[in-house]
Amino acid sequence: MMKSITGRITLIAVLTAVSVIVLLPSLTDRLPAGWKDRMPKINLGLDLQGGVFLRLAVDIDKAIENTSMRYADDARAVCRENGLPVLAFQKIGDGGFSLRFPPGDFASRAQATLKDEFPSLDVGPGPVSADGATVIAHMKPAEIQAIRTNAVVQGVETIRNRIDQFGVREPQIVAEGDDRIVVQLPGVKDQQRAIELVGKTALLEFKLVDEGASVEESLKGSLPEDDQLLYQKSTDPQSGRVTKTPIVVKKRALLTGDTIKSAKVNFGNQVGGAHVSISFDSRGAKVFDRVTAENVKRRLAIVLDDTVYSAPVIQERISGGEAQITGNFTPEEASDLAIVLRAGSLPAPVKVIQNVSIGPSLGQDSIRKGVRAAMIGALLVVTFMAFYYRFAGMVADFALVFNILFLLAGMAAFSATLTLPGIAGIILAIGLAVDSNVLIFERIREEVRSKKTVRAAIDAGYDKAFYTVVDSHVTTLITALILFQFGTGPIKGFAVSLSMGVAINLFTALVCTRVVFDYLNARKPMQALSI
Amino acid sequence: MELVKGTKIDFMGMKKYTFVFSGLLLLLGLVGTVQIYRGQANLGIDLAGGTAIQMKFQKPFSMGEIRSILAKAGHVGASLQEASGENILLLKLGALGKEEEKMVAEPVVSLLRQSLPGNPFVVESVSEIGPAIGHKLRRDAALALLISALAIIIYLAWRFEFKFGVAAAVATFHDILVIVGIFWALGIEMDLLFITALLTIGGYSLTDTVVVFDRIRENIRLRKKKTFSEVINQSVNEVLSRTIITSLTTFVAVVALLAFGGIVLRDFSLALAIGILVGTYSSIFVASPVVALWRGEKMTDVKR
Repeated sequence: MMKSITGRITLIAVLTAVSVIVLLPSLTDRLPAGWKDRMPKINLGLDLQGGVFLRLAVDIDKAIENTSMRYADDARAVCRENGLPVLAFQKIGDGGFSLRFPPGDFASRAQATLKDEFPSLDVGPGPVSADGATVIAHMKPAEIQAIRTNAVVQGVETIRNRIDQFGVREPQIVAEGDDRIVVQLPGVKDQQRAIELVGKTALLEFKLVDEGASVEESLKGSLPEDDQLLYQKSTDPQSGRVTKTPIVVKKRALLTGDTIKSAKVNFGNQVGGAHVSISFDSRGAKVFDRVTAENVKRRLAIVLDDTVYSAPVIQERISGGEAQITGNFTPEEASDLAIVLRAGSLPAPVKVIQNVSIGPSLGQDSIRKGVRAAMIGALLVVTFMAFYYRFAGMVADFALVFNILFLLAGMAAFSATLTLPGIAGIILAIGLAVDSNVLIFERIREEVRSKKTVRAAIDAGYDKAFYTVVDSHVTTLITALILFQFGTGPIKGFAVSLSMGVAINLFTALVCTRVVFDYLNARKPMQALSI
Repeated sequence: MELVKGTKIDFMGMKKYTFVFSGLLLLLGLVGTVQIYRGQANLGIDLAGGTAIQMKFQKPFSMGEIRSILAKAGHVGASLQEASGENILLLKLGALGKEEEKMVAEPVVSLLRQSLPGNPFVVESVSEIGPAIGHKLRRDAALALLISALAIIIYLAWRFEFKFGVAAAVATFHDILVIVGIFWALGIEMDLLFITALLTIGGYSLTDTVVVFDRIRENIRLRKKKTFSEVINQSVNEVLSRTIITSLTTFVAVVALLAFGGIVLRDFSLALAIGILVGTYSSIFVASPVVALWRGEKMTDVKR
C-alpha cells in the first residue's frame, strides 16, 4: 500500500480526471469533435436500443454437394468432348459421384482423362458388369476441408457486404465455431427485411426453359433427366396475392451470378415498375453474348435461389453484357435484390436457428426502467449507510460515487456493451462495494470497543479486513470471469459489468475510504470516530 | 446505531434441525433438477427452443379470440400472457417437435395481422431459438457451473485448506439446488437470465462463506483451548452484524430491481432476492457445520 497521503490523493484525482474524459463522450454529444471521435464509447446492447440478433447455421454439406455436382457436370462435359459416352451419372454421399460407361475401354480411358483434367479429385475404378463399367470420383480431403473453412469465412464476408450496403451502423458479423455465423444489427427498424436480406443465398442462375417438356407430366413426377421443375412467383401489386406458376427448365446453368459486375434498381416504362439492371464482367458478357446468340426465340429463365423471377423470350443476340430482372417488385424488394446480387451469393445456404429482434420502443422502455431501478437501489443503499454508520457511512458513500464513475469509465474505455443484465450487474457490484465497507467498519467498531485509539482502530480494522475483502472479491471475480468465458448474450453482459465492478471495488474499498480517514488523522489525531 | 451486538447464539447446537431443513430443501432441488433434465420443467425458450413474440395492440384484445385463431392454424400449445392495462401480449410457442429449427414468428405475426384487421399491433420483440441452440446453451450453462465450482475449490484450498474449499462448494451447490427447487415448485419460467442469477447467487453465497471462514481461521489461532464447534459459534456471532447488514443492503438493492426493473428483470431479481436469503442461511448453517463434521473437533491451525 502506498504510504504517502498526497500520493494517494493525486492518484485518485488523476483517475477521476481520466474517467471523466473517457466517460463524457458516452453521455453527451455536445463535445469538441476531436475529443468525441478519439474516445471509445459504451455500446448499448440490443436489448437497450433495439435491433436484430441472428444466429445462422451454414449448411456445409450442401456446399460440398454443390461443389461436387459442379465437378460432375464438368466431368461429363469433358467426357463428351473426348468422345466418351456417359450412360448414367449418380451422386455419392460426401462429395463424390460415379459415371457409367458402355462396355469396352471407355471407362479406363475416362479414368485417365479425368485424372489429368481434375487434380483435386480422387478418380478410381468402380464396379464392372456385363453392360458396362463405372468410374468413381471423390473430392480429395484437402478440397473438402477448404470448402468447409471457406463456406463460413466467405459467408461472413458476403453478409458483411450486404449489410454495409443496406446501411446498418456498427453491425457485428462473426463466425462462431465451425459452421455458425452470428449477426448483430443494432438499431435496425425494418427487422423482417433485414433478416431476409441476410438469409438469402442469392445464387443467381440463367437457365433455358425446356419447351419440349410437359409441365403436367413433370408435376406428376416424370421429369426428363436433365430438367428440373421450378416455380415462378409473382405478386399482384394491388391485392398483394402471390401466385406460383410451375415451369420446367434445364438443370444446367448457362451462366451464374458470380460474373455480375454491378446491379442497380431502375424504373422503366418499358417493363413497368421497379426492375434490377445487371451488367456482367467481360467473361460473363462473352458467355451471355454466346448464349443469347445460340438461343434466339427461346425462353431464358432468370433463377434466384431456385425461384424463377422472369423467363423472357430472347428476341435477339445481346452483346452489351447487360440484362434485366423484372418481376413486379416493390422498390424495397428491387433494392434488396440489387444488394444481394452486388454482394454476391453465399457459398452455402444458411438457416436462421436463432432470431432475437427487439423493437426500438421496447429497448427504450427497458433502459428507462433499468436505470431507474438502479438509481433507486443505489439511493436506498446510500441512505442506509449514512444512517447506520454516520460519518463513516458518508465516507463510504463518497467512495461509492467514485466506484460508479470508474466502473462506467472502464466500460467506455473497453468499449464494453451495456445490457439490461449488465445494469443488474452494476447494482450487484454496488452491493459488493458496500459489503467491503461494512466488513471494514465492523472491524473498526470491534477495535474501538476494545479501547484502542481511533487511529489504531482504523489501522487495525483495515488490516484485519484486508484478507477477507480480497478473498471475497477474488471468489466473485472467478465466477464472473468464468461467466464471461462461457456465457453468451445476457450472461456475458452481466459478467462484463460484474467483473469490472469487482476489480474496481478492490481499489476503492481499500484506498479511497482510507485516504479520508488518514487525511483527517494526519493533522490532528481524531479523538472520536462517528461510526 | 447497531442492529446486533454481542450475540452468543449456539448455531452449532441447531445443527440437527437445520440439517433436516436443508435436507428437505435439497430433496426438492434434486427433484427439480431431475425434472429439468427430463424436460418436465418450465424452461424458457432460450433453453428449450421455441418462439416468443411480444406485441403491443392499439386496443384491448380478447385472449380467447387469439387462442382460437392460433388453434385453427395448428398452434395448439401456445402460451399467452398479457400485461394488464397496456394492451401487450406475450405469445410463446414451444419448439415444433419434428420440424426442427423451423422459424414460425413471421407466419404467426402475419396470420394475426390478417385475422385482426380492426386492431393493428406493433411487434415489440421476437425471439426464435432452434432446439439445437437451446441444447447448446443448456450444456454451456452446466459447464460454467461446474468449472466455477472447481476453480473456487482450488482457490479456497490454496487460501485455507482443502476441506474448507469443499465445504464452501457444498454450501454453494446447496444454494443453487434450493433455488432450482423453489423455482421449479413455483412453476416460474427458467431461462438464461435465471442461470445468470444462479451463478450470481453462487458467488454471493461464497462471499458470505469466505467471511465466516476467515474469522474461524483467525479465532483458531487466538484461542486454542476451545473445541472447533465453539470457535465456529464464536466466529459466526462475531460476523453476524456484518452478515445481516450486507444481506440487508444487497436485498434492498435487489428489491428495487424487482419493483422497478420491469417485466424483463422480474424473475431474475426474484431469484436473486430468494438467493440472498438462502445464501446467508447456508453460510451460517451449512458451510461451517460441514467443515466441523469432516474435520472433527481438532484445533489444528489453518494456514494463512
